[in-house]
Amino acid sequence: MKFHLSEEQELIQDSIRRTLEDACPPERRRAIIATDDDFDPVVWQALMELGVGGLSLPTEHGGSGLGLLDAALAMEIVGYQGSPAPLLGHLLAGLALAGSDNEAAKAKYLPGLADGSLIGAFAVGDGWEPASWTPTVSGNMVSGVVRFVGGAARAGLFVVGIQGGGLVAVESGEGVSIASVATSDPTRPLSTVTFANAPCTPLGDADLGQKVFDAGLVLLAADALGGAQRCLDLSVDYAKTREQFGVIIGQFQAVKHQLANMALEVEPARALVWYAAYAADAGLPDSSRVAAQAKAHLADRFTSVTRAAVQAHGGIGYTWEYDLQLWFRRALFDRAYLGAPSLHRERAAVMAGW
Amino acid sequence: MDLSYGVENESFRAEVKAFLKEAWKPLDDQGGVLKGPALKAFIKGFRHQAVERGYLYRGIPKRYGGSEQAADVMKAQIIREAFAAARAPMEVSGNGINMLVPTLLDRGEEWQREMFVRPTVEGEFNWAQGYSEPGSGSDLASVRTRAELINGEWVINGSKIWTSQGDRCQYMFALVRTEPEAAKHAGISYLLIDLRQPGVTIRPLRQMTGEAGFSEIFFDNAKTPADWIVGRPGEGWQVSRTTLKHERASIGSADRGVELLGKLVELARKAQRFGRPAIEDREIRQDLAAFEGWVLAQKYTAYRQFSLAADGKEAGIVGLLNKLYTTDIGHEAARIAQELIADEALLMPAIPGPGVRRGDEKWLDQVMGSLGVAIAGGASNIQRNIISERGLGLPRDLALQGE
Repeated sequence: MKFHLSEEQELIQDSIRRTLEDACPPERRRAIIATDDDFDPVVWQALMELGVGGLSLPTEHGGSGLGLLDAALAMEIVGYQGSPAPLLGHLLAGLALAGSDNEAAKAKYLPGLADGSLIGAFAVGDGWEPASWTPTVSGNMVSGVVRFVGGAARAGLFVVGIQGGGLVAVESGEGVSIASVATSDPTRPLSTVTFANAPCTPLGDADLGQKVFDAGLVLLAADALGGAQRCLDLSVDYAKTREQFGVIIGQFQAVKHQLANMALEVEPARALVWYAAYAADAGLPDSSRVAAQAKAHLADRFTSVTRAAVQAHGGIGYTWEYDLQLWFRRALFDRAYLGAPSLHRERAAVMAGW
Repeated sequence: MDLSYGVENESFRAEVKAFLKEAWKPLDDQGGVLKGPALKAFIKGFRHQAVERGYLYRGIPKRYGGSEQAADVMKAQIIREAFAAARAPMEVSGNGINMLVPTLLDRGEEWQREMFVRPTVEGEFNWAQGYSEPGSGSDLASVRTRAELINGEWVINGSKIWTSQGDRCQYMFALVRTEPEAAKHAGISYLLIDLRQPGVTIRPLRQMTGEAGFSEIFFDNAKTPADWIVGRPGEGWQVSRTTLKHERASIGSADRGVELLGKLVELARKAQRFGRPAIEDREIRQDLAAFEGWVLAQKYTAYRQFSLAADGKEAGIVGLLNKLYTTDIGHEAARIAQELIADEALLMPAIPGPGVRRGDEKWLDQVMGSLGVAIAGGASNIQRNIISERGLGLPRDLALQGE
């Protein structure tokens, strides 16, 4: 029985944190997001050199052979750092290939996805749930319009959710057009991608689609956990330095209690993220349901903690210059992307037989 | 991460289960379930056997009736699980075993341990906790009940409040002021008091639910021997803070939350809302699923704390959050329950007892009881102080800096 992080896992998290602090200090983050791009070669290279792209991909195709848990732990740190990088779509594209039984596609794409030389994107819509995906496949061509695709401009490979909940792979280029949209979270800009008779390779049916979708829920929950922790840390640090009425504000009970309430939202949620990832790795029967619950719970916690953090900061928290707003915007993303908490709670209710 | 217990621990589990199968048969000659004194005697004998096997009172030395086992979080958990599955009784509960016994083992005199620990372990001595007073709640160190040493006896005057099951206790461990000239915390002693004497009046305290689970206890020249003190005079505050390395010390549990969720779902299946079963109502489904999110987080956080303890590691801030989190779970369950029982909340629930049938209004016990949980053992605002100071490293409150 072991249900806390191993030293290796803590070391991996620590090295990702330090690497991102070096590769993407706050000034650089501001510079990157000012470009309307989510891709920065320095940040991407730093993450890929640590092996983040291949953490949960099979070793025979260049990955590390670890689980979704390890990917989620990496995602948590990216969420904590608020680093611009199209990592979510990239990891999901990798998981789709890893879970596919299309050996040719695996051999062709996985090594590049593992080392990051091939950037993957995850394109599902109109609705988020697999049952509501609309692109259609005819022969070996896919057509459809998908909103809200991350990393589209740089992606070499799109994993596209199709009608019926299956997944296909589409290389960028022929039949693929991309229109960027103004995005509320500047660290993760999105595009509308139109597939018009784009050549595609089948990856798997609705089982694979569901599995990758569920993994996306867990990764977003992990990102939200990291973001919520960052908002708490920023608020605690601020309360220890900001003075009003001649004392630091962290001495006032009203402030202390607010921060305690934030901690109450963040820290216990950590183990829910771990369990959701562990359940997917161990193939437990409740893995799909707990992924939905983790996404719903963490999205709400992140939303609530960012709002509390702005209050705890006062005026500075409401400015454009202060970075707290970036996590507020990341919370908007984590909440809405792949479906709002209410959607996943209804799904969890259905899966419970309620 | 691995939620299996491993081969060695599973073989220990098999051993415990085999013992329970053999030893826990509370049946009479006709194969019916034992009742009354016969059941009580059977349980006593069963506990003795379980102690012999090393399953109960593991942290208590053998000479005082314990089984004196090395601390092992995994084994303790397996024992709890196996006993729960067999519905077999574990250790006696109460303040005596939870609070006094660890305190005596750490700070008591040898004769005190010999006199008090075994009968407490055997369930013969029931102890009232004499901490809170009408004027001393969160500010416990302000206790005013005083004791003076006169002719070789402590003479006690004052009152204690919120003593659980006070009317069923023979003894009390109490914080009383013995050094009125000393500073606040330094003037307190930890006394043991026999409650069965003329100077003691026990009055049941009726709480908002209508039941009387607590008492108020008045001391009017009550007496206790000079050596019924744990630690020296003036050391009572530190003595009462004694916490031993206990196998389950400070590990949170989601058992109550999981149970509440199950009961709320059951209620929602039965209750009607807008002419349909409430479980089909969108709002109720959202409420239940959101509540489950909190409960699941608590459940896996308990796994995490258990795993850390088994590995000999500190839990950090997460251990400080348990009480407040449990409280909030209770508040939210109360809110959903009120939504579900709707008009039945207009009925006064009967006091539970043999032959008493109660409808959904019985949920008012939980609705009101959750308010008690929020106060007992450190009110929520005190918990927030603890979390922010010890967990987040914020400074002490302005008003408390001298404390």
